[in-house]
Amino acid sequence: MNSLLVVIIVVAVVGIAVVIVYNQLVRRRIEVDNAWSQIDVQLKRRLDLIPNLVETVKGYANHEKAALEAVIAARSASLAAGATPHEQAAADNALSGALRQLFALSEAYPDLKANASFVSLQEELSNTESRIAYARQFYGDSVAAYNTAIQKFPNVIVARAFGFAEREFFEAEPAAATPPTVNFGS
Amino acid sequence: MNDLIASNKRRTVALLIGFVALVVLVGVAVGGLAGNGTNGLIVAFVLSGVFAFASYWKSDKIALAVSRAHPADEVTYKRLHNLVEGLCIASGLPKPRVYVIDDPAPNAFATGRNPKNAAIAVTTGLLEKMNRVELEGVVAHELSHIKNYDILVSTLAVTLVGTIAIITDVAIRMMWWNGGRVHRDGDRGDRGNPLALVGIVLLVLAPLIGQLMQAAVSRRRETLADVSAVRMTRYPPGLISALEKLQADSTVTHSASMATAHMWIEQPLSGVKDAGRLGVWHKLFQTHPPLAERIALLREM
Repeated sequence: MNSLLVVIIVVAVVGIAVVIVYNQLVRRRIEVDNAWSQIDVQLKRRLDLIPNLVETVKGYANHEKAALEAVIAARSASLAAGATPHEQAAADNALSGALRQLFALSEAYPDLKANASFVSLQEELSNTESRIAYARQFYGDSVAAYNTAIQKFPNVIVARAFGFAEREFFEAEPAAATPPTVNFGS
Repeated sequence: MNDLIASNKRRTVALLIGFVALVVLVGVAVGGLAGNGTNGLIVAFVLSGVFAFASYWKSDKIALAVSRAHPADEVTYKRLHNLVEGLCIASGLPKPRVYVIDDPAPNAFATGRNPKNAAIAVTTGLLEKMNRVELEGVVAHELSHIKNYDILVSTLAVTLVGTIAIITDVAIRMMWWNGGRVHRDGDRGDRGNPLALVGIVLLVLAPLIGQLMQAAVSRRRETLADVSAVRMTRYPPGLISALEKLQADSTVTHSASMATAHMWIEQPLSGVKDAGRLGVWHKLFQTHPPLAERIALLREM
């Protein structure tokens, strides 16, 4: 009789603990999803700005075909990129590179630089760029918190049981994280 | 850093419990003097409840109105709006309402009851004197106050201190009419009770204790907000040089009052500048740690 009571209490305590841990993990996972959609919003915003930019630049510097086409190609690559953070990050980095090149070339066209819509587009784009950086930072923080939460000891049991999978960081090449080997010529 | 945040949270809880205990003690003391402890307690609870409720809903509007803040319009203050939006994305906060105060002294504060109902206000002096990274540091400091729920804590602290002050005031004034004696019949035989003396001492000391607690809550929160701000911007030099500019600046913020002093990023009232001459007692009543200390702490990170 007494031992039955003990069993019931133990089961109840474990059950409550599981519910608490589960809810905490769900909250963190939602935060990660939310952080990801923040990045997504900013990336879409940038993609929407690009067609206008391309049209404006064309009017002044039509013979910079290569740079323009690189931007257009990077944009469609970004649209077609898979949904995983790695793929998105790679496409995002390529697009940033192409845009930087285009803006560098535009330095040679004073008329273009004086164009009001070009100036405002450039401003909008650099604004969006910094927002993407902020959103990436928040996403990184959320993923770090979530991944830590599902690997900590009692949590890991619940996480395994309910299939909480680790999330990817928003980084292009995981390979780039390995430090370069240095040889001082011994 | 996480330890710092955790210990700050524990201390805040302890201080809030202390506040409530003080309110209860004052209530009992007043009740004891008036001849009915339970009634005093109930009055104290009801009063603090009413004040807490009122300030919970209206504190931000009152604070903004008292400081003569007006909404920052999106075009004139585009830089400020962009900055706030960016940092909000970085910290996962909804964007608070943004206000500007026409005051040449550089300063800023945050108010509200939770992240969804929050506002930050900056002075025009701050916008003029700070460059982008410094302004970012200051805004991040204010957003940290919102994220850590400091805005709610400081509101409650003000309310409780105010309640204690009002109750003790009323009690002390009422006592002159009765000399602290309860029974009017057979006054001559009444030698007064020793508990009344304790009550009077408590009533005199309570407002002071309350203010000490308010200052202590506020000082911890400032340090914590500095640390979280740097975590948000990932760039300690920004906030450090902003604080250095505040230190070098000697303009007194005229829009601030005693009531809102603890809310600003820099203590708006004079006295903090001559930190070297501040005695231990004076230091206890400061709502902010000395800027030099805050800068030194950030340098260590």
